[in-house]
Amino acid sequence: MGRQLYEAIIDGILGGGVYALMAVGLTLIFGVLDIINIAQGILVIVAAYLSYVLSVHFHIDLFLGLLVTVPAMFLIGVAIQLLFMRPLRGRERVSMSLLASYAVAIILEGVLYTIFGPNTVQLNAWYVTDGVKILGGAEPYYLPYIYLFGFGLAVLLVAAIYWILYRTKFGRSVRATMQDQTAARLIGIDVNRVAALTFGIGVAVTAAGGMVYGSLNAFNANNGYDLISRLLAIIVLGGLGSIGGALAAAVFMITIEAVVDIWSPQWSVVVFYAALVLVLTLKPNGLFGKKEARAQ
Amino acid sequence: MSIVKRWGRPAVLVALLAFGAVFPLVFTAPLTTDYAIDTLLFVGGVVAWNMFSGYSGYISLGQAVFFGCGGYTVALIAVHQNLKGGVSFALLLVGGVVAAVVAVPFGLIALRVRRHTFVVVTIAMFFIFQLMAYNLPFTNGNGGVSTPFATWNPATYNNPYYYAAFLVAIGAIVLSWLVRGSRFGLQLLAIRDDEDRARGLGVRTMRVKLTAFVLSGFVTGIVGGLYVLFIGEVVPPGGFNPAYDLSIALMAFLGGFGTLWGPVLGALILEPLQQELTQRFTNGYASLIVLGCLFLLVILFLPRGLIPTGKEWADGLRAWWQRRGEPAPAAPQAGALEVPTGGAVGAAAAAKGSDVSGAGGTR
Repeated sequence: MGRQLYEAIIDGILGGGVYALMAVGLTLIFGVLDIINIAQGILVIVAAYLSYVLSVHFHIDLFLGLLVTVPAMFLIGVAIQLLFMRPLRGRERVSMSLLASYAVAIILEGVLYTIFGPNTVQLNAWYVTDGVKILGGAEPYYLPYIYLFGFGLAVLLVAAIYWILYRTKFGRSVRATMQDQTAARLIGIDVNRVAALTFGIGVAVTAAGGMVYGSLNAFNANNGYDLISRLLAIIVLGGLGSIGGALAAAVFMITIEAVVDIWSPQWSVVVFYAALVLVLTLKPNGLFGKKEARAQ
Repeated sequence: MSIVKRWGRPAVLVALLAFGAVFPLVFTAPLTTDYAIDTLLFVGGVVAWNMFSGYSGYISLGQAVFFGCGGYTVALIAVHQNLKGGVSFALLLVGGVVAAVVAVPFGLIALRVRRHTFVVVTIAMFFIFQLMAYNLPFTNGNGGVSTPFATWNPATYNNPYYYAAFLVAIGAIVLSWLVRGSRFGLQLLAIRDDEDRARGLGVRTMRVKLTAFVLSGFVTGIVGGLYVLFIGEVVPPGGFNPAYDLSIALMAFLGGFGTLWGPVLGALILEPLQQELTQRFTNGYASLIVLGCLFLLVILFLPRGLIPTGKEWADGLRAWWQRRGEPAPAAPQAGALEVPTGGAVGAAAAAKGSDVSGAGGTR
C-alpha cells in the first residue's frame, strides 16, 4: 500500500508537470486575450502526431524533433489567432471565441481522423521503454526515463516562459496587456501583435506537451476531448490567467487522480472533476484567481 | 398592407403548425420521419437552452446532463416496470422532473461563477455525470439500458414519436415565449446586459437565474426522455453526449442567440443538414470538417445569427424602398418570423440583437 502511494505520487508529480506546461499555455492565452482556446486539447494531439510522423517516417529523435514541432505549432497558433480570433468583436466576443476555437478543434479532429484513422498510436524511443529503478525489493518499480525527461523539459519550458514574461521587453508588454488592455494600448503597446505572439507561444508549448503525452499514452484524435476537459479544469482551479496557479493545480489534480486510482480506477476521474467543483464552491475564483475573473 | 401586417404573422404560424401536423401523413418514408423527429427534438432542446443561456447570457455546455438524466430516468423506469407503447410517454414528465431536480444543486454550484468559469464548471459537471453513468451500479455501465420495444404497426411506427416530439417542441416554444414576455424574462435579459446593475436595481439574480436553469433543465429532460424512447436505448456517451451541447449552442447562434425564433430556425436548418452530412459521408470524419467550417463561417460572417441579421437587412431594404417614395414591402422574409414579444424591451433587444446595452426594462 505504502509503495503504491509513493508510485502514485511520483507519477502524479511528474505527469502533472507535463499537464502544467500545456495548462500554462492555455492560461497565458486567456490572460492576454480573454479567450479560452478550446482547440488546445486537439492541438496537443496534432503536435503528438507531428512528432510521430517525424520519428516514424524521418527517424528523428523525439526531443530533436521539437526543433521542428515547436516552431510549427507556434505558426499554427499565430494563424488561428489572425484568421479566426482577431475578427471577433462585439459583446458576444467571449462566447463567440469559445465557439470559434471549438470549430477549429472539430475541423482539426476531422483532419486528423482522415489522415491517421481511428487506430491509436504511441510514440516510441529507448527512453520510453527503458526505466530507472527507483524502488527495490521483491517487486522493483521502474520509472520510464520519459517521465523524468518530460518533467525536465516541462520545467525548462515553464522557466523559459517565466523568463520571457519577467525579463524581456516583450514580456513586459504581455504583462501590461494582461493587466489592462486599454491602458497598454494607450502607452503605445501594439496589443494586436502581443495577442498574436502570445497565442503562438501558448500553442507552441503543446509541441512539447504533445510529445510527452504521446509517449506516455496511446492516442488518437479523440483524446483531444479528454485533454481539453482536464486542462480547463486545471486552469479554472488554479484561477484563470494565473500561471503559478496553473502549475500548482496541475500537479495537485493529477496527483489526486493518481492516488485515487490505486483504490478505484473508475472513480478517479470523477474525483478529478469533483475536486474542481468542490474548490469552486468554496473559492469561486479558483485557488489563485484575481477578483476580476468574476466581473462580467 | 395593413391586413398583411395584422394577420401575416398569425397566418404564417398557423401554416407552419398545419404543415407540422400533416407532415408524417404526407411524407411517410421512415427515414424522412426519423429526420423530422430528430429535428423536432433538437428544436425543443435548443429552445430550452436558449431559454436559459440565450436570455441570461450564461453559456451552459452542460445541457447534456439534463438530457441524459431525463433519458436514463425514462429508460430505467420503462425497463423495471416493463412499460411500452403509449403508456411510456407518461414517463417523460418524470424524466423532466428528475432533470429539474438535478438542475437545482447543479445551478446552485455553477451559477455562483460567471463567464468562462461558468462554462468550464458546466463542462466539469457534464463529465461527472457521464462518468457516473459509466460507473454507477444501476446504469449498467458501457452497455447502457434498452427500453422495451413498442408493438406498433411498422408502417406508422414513427408517428406517435413524431407527434410527441411535435408537442414537446411547441410546448418549449410557448414556454420560451411566455418567459420572454414576462417580468421574469425581463429580469433575465437585465442579467444578461449587466448583472451587477440588475442586482443593484433589486433583481434577485440568483433566484431568477436558477429558475430559468431549472425550467430549461425540465424541458431538456423531457427531450432526452423522448429521444431515448424513440431510439430504444441509452448508453453513457449517447445520453451524456458532448456533441449535443455544442450542436445546440451552434444552432442557437446560427439562428440568433437570445431571440425567440432564432433557435427554432437554427435547429430546422442545421439538424437535417447534419443528418444529411452523416448519411453522405459515411466515414463521419468529412462531416466533422464540413460542420466545423460551417460553424466558422457563421461565427465570422453572421456573428449575430440569421434572424437579427435578416431583420437588419429587411429594415435596410425597407428604408431604401421608402426613400424611393414607394410603398414599403410588407414584412419580408426573415423579419416575418419575428413574432411580437410581449415586453417592449424584449422586442427591442430582439430587434437590435446583442448591441443593446443596459436593460431598459429595469431603468
